[in-house]
Amino acid sequence: MSLATFLQHCLTGISLGGAYALIAIGYTMVYGILRLINFAHGDLFMIAGYLMIFTLADFPWYIAIPIVLIGTVVIGIVIERLAYKPLRSAPRMSIMISAIGVSLLLQNLATYLFTALPRGYPEIPYLKRIYQFGPLSASFVTFLTPILTMALVFLMVMMINKTKIGMAMRAVSKDYETAEIMGIKINSVVSFTFAIGSLLAGIGSILYFTDRMSVNPFSGSLPGLKCFVAAVLGGIGSIPGAMIGGFILGIGETFLVALGFSTFSDAFTFILLIVMLLVKPTGLFGEKATEKV
Amino acid sequence: MKKSTKTLFNIIAVSIILAMLIFLELNKRKYSYDISIIERSIIYAVAAVAMNLTNGFTGLFSLGQAGFMAIGAYTVAILTIPVEARAGVFYVTGMNEFLSKIELPFIPALLLGGFFAAVLAGLIGIPVLRLKSDYLAIATLGFSEIIRSIIASPQLNMITNGSYGLKKIPRFPSIFVPMILCSLCILIIVMLINSSYGRAFKAIREDETAAEAMGINLFRHKLTSFMISSFFTGIAGGLLASYMGTIDSGTFKITLTYDILLIMVLGGMGSVTGSILGSFLVTAGREWLRFFDQPLTLGSWQVPLFRTGFRMVVFSILLMIVVLFYSKGLMGSKEFSWEGLLGFFKNLFTRKQKLNGGVSNGK
Repeated sequence: MSLATFLQHCLTGISLGGAYALIAIGYTMVYGILRLINFAHGDLFMIAGYLMIFTLADFPWYIAIPIVLIGTVVIGIVIERLAYKPLRSAPRMSIMISAIGVSLLLQNLATYLFTALPRGYPEIPYLKRIYQFGPLSASFVTFLTPILTMALVFLMVMMINKTKIGMAMRAVSKDYETAEIMGIKINSVVSFTFAIGSLLAGIGSILYFTDRMSVNPFSGSLPGLKCFVAAVLGGIGSIPGAMIGGFILGIGETFLVALGFSTFSDAFTFILLIVMLLVKPTGLFGEKATEKV
Repeated sequence: MKKSTKTLFNIIAVSIILAMLIFLELNKRKYSYDISIIERSIIYAVAAVAMNLTNGFTGLFSLGQAGFMAIGAYTVAILTIPVEARAGVFYVTGMNEFLSKIELPFIPALLLGGFFAAVLAGLIGIPVLRLKSDYLAIATLGFSEIIRSIIASPQLNMITNGSYGLKKIPRFPSIFVPMILCSLCILIIVMLINSSYGRAFKAIREDETAAEAMGINLFRHKLTSFMISSFFTGIAGGLLASYMGTIDSGTFKITLTYDILLIMVLGGMGSVTGSILGSFLVTAGREWLRFFDQPLTLGSWQVPLFRTGFRMVVFSILLMIVVLFYSKGLMGSKEFSWEGLLGFFKNLFTRKQKLNGGVSNGK
């Protein structure tokens, strides 16, 4: 592998990793607050892809993108209200089963409405323009993804640490009941978390599918699982951790495909998970949790 | 109810079922569709009861059913396809020299399949079960995807026939074979649940800290439960291979896990009879719901919703309804009993009491 190819793969990997990171943040935030693996998050990302296909058919891109993002946020909040909120006090397993149910419903609904055949993802102007740097060539989206990801992560960290709602989120994730007693409106905090997670999934979906060029009803499920692994790698609950985890997965996967092990690139993710759980179960940036009795 | 009456009822029920099976077996050609539904239901019941052992009784959230079933199914398939038929099945690359000479009878192959599934479960369980059980869900879910992609990979063409799948797996000679094997598996699991191990599992489900304080070794019991459950899931997979006759990696998609999960949730987590009931309802229900996929015309008006794929939407909405509004499922964590059934019918006819609990009232 020459240096140029190496760098080219690095670039692709970082770009894929950026999209993974944005989805992983949604997982890590929801898990941090509700201790729920939101299995439907990957499917929300797929639905955002379909939304883009249909809105871009009728509107110019600068209107379509906000519509898609708002639509994704609304769907995310509706899912939380309908499927997770009634089970807030139920055993944790029922809420996870509910999440699986939502994921199944979204997939089947997408199959029913849009058929299982892949649909072409529309080209958003400017994003696909090819730039040439010496021997490296890549589309604009490849450069945009990591930069946008890092900017968003910075904003999120600022929000969590400096704003009032961020403080409320930290309080809820530390101790749910005490936070409620202290007058924090749990429901709005949870809805806000889902809104942010969905927004990032929407942005991630635009970046991811612009590179992949097609959407099908199942194109969200495996990336979804991988992004949860990315969140665990970085330390669940930690937003910079989710970003690093996303980058590690993206780069690792790209190189495995480049070396000809494409069938094992999915396996790589989960082997990484098991190794990580063996070596450092709290993840790279996770805090050590003390067990409450 | 007296014990002798109960025994009498049991004998009557078993003989009715036996008579039905003999009738179906004698009229095999006419009722082949019904027989296939019954066989599939009972095989899914084994998988659901095994899933119930980890998820319902031990409180671990495992989602690797499809993967373990794939291991069982491929083991059985590879070892039981008749040697002379193998050249035809592995027509692309030929079969591995060593494996191509080994042919086992069905039962040893089935046990071996379960054994492999249990060993792999151990390999996943040892690192993961030491941690919080959430990670088990994601690790097993990921694992079942890995198994599927490894089975389909061209590197394993000589063993699993890659993405071409395996054909000509010997079918069941009669409906009694799966019936007896499945009943045996479920019986063993029930005996395990009623043993001191089963009580330890339930203690872990209720409160890990308290269980540990009572001297239960959490890790060892969780691992035991997970491995035994995977063993029987592997067996269910092997039975499924023989039931279908043709398998490929697409058979063991994540949807298979979700099917089993739905059966378990519908039947009630922590109820063996619930899982069996759920299995028959879901499998038959899938067939009944088929009319959702056909275009429907009422008079001259074509109902717009009915077209391919609608059935699965209805199916997932049903799952959501069960999860959200009937989270206990049909049976809750209770088991079937004759008193409960009688009470259910009494309630149904007199309507004096509110219908709470239904079948599961009695104990």
